[in-house]
Amino acid sequence: MSADILIRDDVLPAVRSVGTYTYDQIDRVFLRERIEQFKDQVARRISGELTEDEFKPLRLMNGLYLQLHAYMLRVAVPYGTLTARQVRALARIAREFDRGYGHFTTRQNIQFNWIRLEDTPAALEVLAEADMHAIQTSGNCIRNVTSDEFAGASADELLDPRVHAEILRQWSTLHPEFTFLPRKFKIAISGSPQDRVAARFHDIGLIARPDVNGRPLFEVFVGGGLGRTPIVGTKLRDDLPEEDLVAYLEAILRVYNEFGRRDNIYKARIKILVQALGADEFRQRVDTEFVAMDRARYRLEPALVQAIRNRFGVPAFEPEGNASALLMEMRQKDRAFDAWVRTNTHAHRAPGYISVVVSLKPAGGIPGDATSDQLDMLANLAERFSFSELRVTHLQNVVLGHVRQDRLYEVWQALSEAGMGTANIGFITDIVACPGLDYCALANARAIPIAQKLSSRFADLELQREIGSLRINISGCINACGHHHAAHIGILGVDKRGEEAFQLTLGGSGEEDASIGQILGPAMSEDDAVDAVARLVDFYLVRRNDEERFLDAYRRLGTAAFKDVVYAPA
Amino acid sequence: MPLLENGHLITDTWHYAVDGEALGAGPVIVPLSRLSEGLGRITGALGVVLPVDQNVSALRDSLPKISLVVIGFPIFRDGRPFSQARALREHLHFTGEIRASGHILPDQYEFLIRCGVTTVEVAEETDLSAWERALHQFRVAMQPSVMNEKPTGFGLRRFLPA
Ligand code: SF4
Repeated sequence: MSADILIRDDVLPAVRSVGTYTYDQIDRVFLRERIEQFKDQVARRISGELTEDEFKPLRLMNGLYLQLHAYMLRVAVPYGTLTARQVRALARIAREFDRGYGHFTTRQNIQFNWIRLEDTPAALEVLAEADMHAIQTSGNCIRNVTSDEFAGASADELLDPRVHAEILRQWSTLHPEFTFLPRKFKIAISGSPQDRVAARFHDIGLIARPDVNGRPLFEVFVGGGLGRTPIVGTKLRDDLPEEDLVAYLEAILRVYNEFGRRDNIYKARIKILVQALGADEFRQRVDTEFVAMDRARYRLEPALVQAIRNRFGVPAFEPEGNASALLMEMRQKDRAFDAWVRTNTHAHRAPGYISVVVSLKPAGGIPGDATSDQLDMLANLAERFSFSELRVTHLQNVVLGHVRQDRLYEVWQALSEAGMGTANIGFITDIVACPGLDYCALANARAIPIAQKLSSRFADLELQREIGSLRINISGCINACGHHHAAHIGILGVDKRGEEAFQLTLGGSGEEDASIGQILGPAMSEDDAVDAVARLVDFYLVRRNDEERFLDAYRRLGTAAFKDVVYAPA
Repeated sequence: MPLLENGHLITDTWHYAVDGEALGAGPVIVPLSRLSEGLGRITGALGVVLPVDQNVSALRDSLPKISLVVIGFPIFRDGRPFSQARALREHLHFTGEIRASGHILPDQYEFLIRCGVTTVEVAEETDLSAWERALHQFRVAMQPSVMNEKPTGFGLRRFLPA
């Protein structure tokens, strides 16, 4: 390639992707070169020049895991936002290189569970054509930065965090110093006081808000996490100015890279370091580094931020007209539609618009799975109704961010036809589950079948509405990829004398009232666990006050009452 | 051991101090435990091995008299030496040679250089072409480094030198 390809686009592209950063030539060159490198690595592995031990961190850097039965390719969805074109590329990968479906994860990524090693360079090419990659979706590096699924749309948002998420994505991409950290490192960023990113359960959680002059400020949480040792993050800063965002994160990562434990992978996350040093000492070390470092090198000048922002497309909203009146009319006419609108939409900041949560949790289905055809369909819907933009949620659903209210009925009809119209968002069947023993080599138990059984058991939508807000999360082992600790009812797969068994945890929350679920009692079989959940729910329905959520009833009534329901049935 | 600079083999003019033997007069690399002995010599350039678990500040006072710092990778997955190299350049403004030793993969070459590493000791049987390729594979990086590469015009991205 000649050097002139590196001439940057001085002119902004005519078409900019709504909600996400639009690549230029330089970004594409970067991706190309990285794919060439990975092709070379795959070839060296196949020839035996690289040992599996040496190849492992290299393939992990490119999102390639070795699971129980096959390789899995995890594709990065920066801050959870995709363009229609990108969704089609994902559909194509599912079709050509997998078994016709993909699986959305709790980190807003998508993974393909049946990829052949020799196909991965070709799959990466397909991704690259759509300005996508799998870099840093695994390995001990800074992972894909996650964000609010209603970013840039939500009525309760103070600041669209995706421009800063993009800056962090760029900064952390193949960072020369932070690519071989003690352990993986996850960053989440939100711009709403309604924490929808579980900021307090991340290695670094950021909550952005504007100051009195409209300049962004960041609350910085560090050392939160689930896994074996669930810990709610410590607040390090309340008002970090935008210009220091990258510098301050550099300082945190430097301290972690130097002092994080490397002798025991179960003690290697930053949360353990923060606990070991204590919040004050940790903050002290970060501050010392921050003061000593060459901050000018990392300073985010307003012009720099603006240049990145300029590459984000902005939705051209139409005037409200009679959009909301028409929506009201349709809701009155069609009760099923009305029920869906009540559960599966979110208030939009622009009059006449609304955000739609598309449920990937049909009755008895596998949470987060989408077929190639469904992906193509979602791409079409995004194009027709939401400025070609689609978002992935950390609860394994997808969002059409900006739908005009008078077109919502059409969207609902199309979704219903494609099996994606289930009106269960936030309900008991909106279950989060990790891949579990069906795929994952670390698992103790299968997470998918129990999710499917629960989903079938509570399939009745009337019943679900009666139960109301109730989050069930399932992890196949203590690594807690299913975030069971952060659920009202958490289910953890354990190994009980060689048998798959399930332990329940109650009272967790990943939102702004963050708390860690408490273990209810001994583990039980899959069917017993399903029955136990049913009994817990019955008990709650009898004992709740008015509109009290399950979580609040649990907090009020205490563990003992719920424990009796499961372990000492009257 | 073969020594690489800018992807090419160069002659190593340095010698590691031998346990229990005097340091002699030529360029010598001492372990941290013999640093004061090395500093006490009247002639000959001095290098020192910085253990992976040491903060670079251990060298702060002696650095003006040190021409070479060796950082070592116990295993390629241990990323601490990257931070040591960067800190030597950024915090201590060290301008001498930083040499990486130990278990390193060619795939890490760009990271090493961008953290301020000058030379790399590679294993005898290493395929040198892989290192050379690794060096010229990339023209763009996504963030600044202590090498102060040229910005691309917007954002944090940098052009890597050809
Ligand atoms: S929680 Fe355990 S079983 Fe589930 S994906 Fe994570 S490691 Fe695998």
